[in-house]
Amino acid sequence: MEGLYHDATPEESDVTNKNDPDSNSSTLKHDSSSKTEVNFAQSECNINLSSSAKVDLLTQMIRIRRFEERSLRAYQQGHIGGFLHLYIGQEAVAVGSVSAMGQDDHIITAYRDHGHALAVGMDMDECMAELFGKKTGCSKGKGGSMHFFAPDKNFWGGHGIVGGQTPLGLGMAFALKQSGKKGACLCYMGDGATNQGPFYESLNLASLWNLPVIYIIENNGYSMGTAESRHSAGEPLARRGEAFDIDWSVTEGHNVYEVRETITNALEQAHKDCRPSVLEINTYRYRGHSVADPDQTYRSKEEIEEYKKNKDPISIFKDQLVQEGVITDEQVAEIDVKAKDEAEASAEFALASPFPDPTELMDDIYWETDNPGKSKSEGTMFFEFPKSNS
Amino acid sequence: MAIITYREALNQALSEEIERDENVILLGEEVAQFKGSYKVSEGMLERYGPKKIIDTPISEAAFSGLAVGAAMMGMRPVVEFMFWSFCYVAFDQIFNNAASVRYMSGGLINVPIVFRGPANGGTNVGATHSHTPENFIANTPGLKVICPSTPADAKGMLKSAIRDNDPVCVMENTILYNMKDEVPEDNEFLIPLGKANVLREGTDISIIAHGKAVHTSLEAASVLEEKHNINAEVIDLRSIRPLDVETILQSVKKTNRVLLVEENKPFCGVGAQISYLIQDQAFDFLDAPIKRVSAVDAPQAYSKALENAQIPDHNCVIASALTIL
Ligand SMILES: Cc1ncc(C[n+]2csc(CCOP(=O)(O)OP(=O)(O)O)c2C)c(N)n1
Ligand SMILES: [Mg+2]
Repeated sequence: MEGLYHDATPEESDVTNKNDPDSNSSTLKHDSSSKTEVNFAQSECNINLSSSAKVDLLTQMIRIRRFEERSLRAYQQGHIGGFLHLYIGQEAVAVGSVSAMGQDDHIITAYRDHGHALAVGMDMDECMAELFGKKTGCSKGKGGSMHFFAPDKNFWGGHGIVGGQTPLGLGMAFALKQSGKKGACLCYMGDGATNQGPFYESLNLASLWNLPVIYIIENNGYSMGTAESRHSAGEPLARRGEAFDIDWSVTEGHNVYEVRETITNALEQAHKDCRPSVLEINTYRYRGHSVADPDQTYRSKEEIEEYKKNKDPISIFKDQLVQEGVITDEQVAEIDVKAKDEAEASAEFALASPFPDPTELMDDIYWETDNPGKSKSEGTMFFEFPKSNS
Repeated sequence: MAIITYREALNQALSEEIERDENVILLGEEVAQFKGSYKVSEGMLERYGPKKIIDTPISEAAFSGLAVGAAMMGMRPVVEFMFWSFCYVAFDQIFNNAASVRYMSGGLINVPIVFRGPANGGTNVGATHSHTPENFIANTPGLKVICPSTPADAKGMLKSAIRDNDPVCVMENTILYNMKDEVPEDNEFLIPLGKANVLREGTDISIIAHGKAVHTSLEAASVLEEKHNINAEVIDLRSIRPLDVETILQSVKKTNRVLLVEENKPFCGVGAQISYLIQDQAFDFLDAPIKRVSAVDAPQAYSKALENAQIPDHNCVIASALTIL
């Protein structure tokens, strides 16, 4: 049967023989460690970046870090409840990849989502207020840390079930292809999430139907307290894509230029060939899995310090830009002060904002009950209501 | 009005909505080339092509989730489950994603999706293929669930479900697929969700049912009239959530006696909620305890001898009714 989903196929060589570099027309790299030093500043997607665009990349990373540090303090002060999964250490991945997106590209991620949210342009106020459970939060206090959304910015969440977002990202790519748009969906996940079944069902469909979804495994080495070597058989994780004839690569995530190159290539390929890819990006989280994790059982302090010293994405990019003459240390300090002030202001905003009223529990459940005039259904939709306070 | 089968009525609803709205697609296992495991989508691949009628691999989690993601982006996918029993491997996508995304996003994102397929016992296919999950779907705010029992309802309610901006789960029944009845040909024939149907007016007892149990109840009502001179009212709920509480209460206030009939299992079943509502809102009108007839509380059995004893027939309904009359 001639079918839409079996036609837009790229050349055979695009999707086979991943281990033979000569027969591989893909631009994706499979081994991040064996190559000689590459100067990613010189890669095509970075060399033409304006100074202000470069400064913006640095600024975004600093803003994310300061926002999260401030949110941690708010958590410790008791203003934030539940889980708070901090992205500190991984900033270059979200910032670098989002900066490579075009107008019709979309993104969806897991619960460690503050970095992606700020990178797509959500403002600190709505994010911090959401953490505080306030009415002014991006989800009016109904989503919390793990469930930020900004569909107007092509950001589809924030998902709390490990791996649960992988079929959704596939659906976004499907909708893009169905509508004839030249866009792709970046679907982020952790290393631990690669062991969820729906991910493999999704890989199969993505390849079978030639869908422009880019699975980005942010490999920070741990699934909660379980190191990769204890949770996954077969390395690298991205190679699992090979079973489905999907292009894959492993790259480093501490250099925002490298992340940009990785994602730019994958996006180009997705746009051009309408094919999926699996990109494993090595990174590291400095804090515990969530704020509730005392972080004493599964890794050493030295390991953390070592990464911070050698691979901190913000320090590395700052040094790079100073060296390029794009920015001075004083200017970086100014950016930092501004980011701290912005984060502080967002905490003040969140604190001053009202909590949602219990009656709002019943809003935003169904389109229908939110739009009573336009509803075509009848009957009772809800069976218990918040008790009145009177 | 044409007389067509329940199956053809579903096909009409799907076809008309696909023609009407370019965002509507049908996807699932064997829906295209094979024409549907129960031939519901017969002829649709030929008419609408593989971009609209899409065969999926056996990956309920991925294709359900894919459809939810596409719905978030504005499409209106109809997902066919070969059996609702198979939705369990996609539970996360239905219950965590489809049901919760609107809420967790503070109303920013709609999920206009339909999940449909047969959900019934009675065909000797054993426990894994005979689930009736309407009760726990109804237990999940964010989801709607309907159980059309006639060809006309199948058409009018499925069309409403596809046009609905929220996730709707449509419980069909393989035993009803061949049922024939009059169905309006009208493209705009829509039956609102949440509107019960009083199929038989009566004064002595309200028999309230959904799905195939509606037909069992009608059969019982005829016997009650002929043999026992009892005039039973029979209400087809049609929709579980939203629920037509008003029609239920009106009937109870008239007959003062209630028998709830379903093929769902009893514990925390649909009838449990309805009897709670009746005692809460019409206690003073009751002249007898509310009675309930449901499937026997065991995993669905394979053997005909066992399964026939498991699913309530009209004799069970009559016997139970007589205890409160
Ligand atoms: C289905 C499911 N199982 C377990 C959890 C609890 N949990 C939350 S995060 C997590 C670890 C995931 O690690 P990884 O995918 O590597 O992402 P990271 O936290 O490192 O960003 C676990 C076990 C969950 N949220 N969902
Ligand atoms: Mg991890």
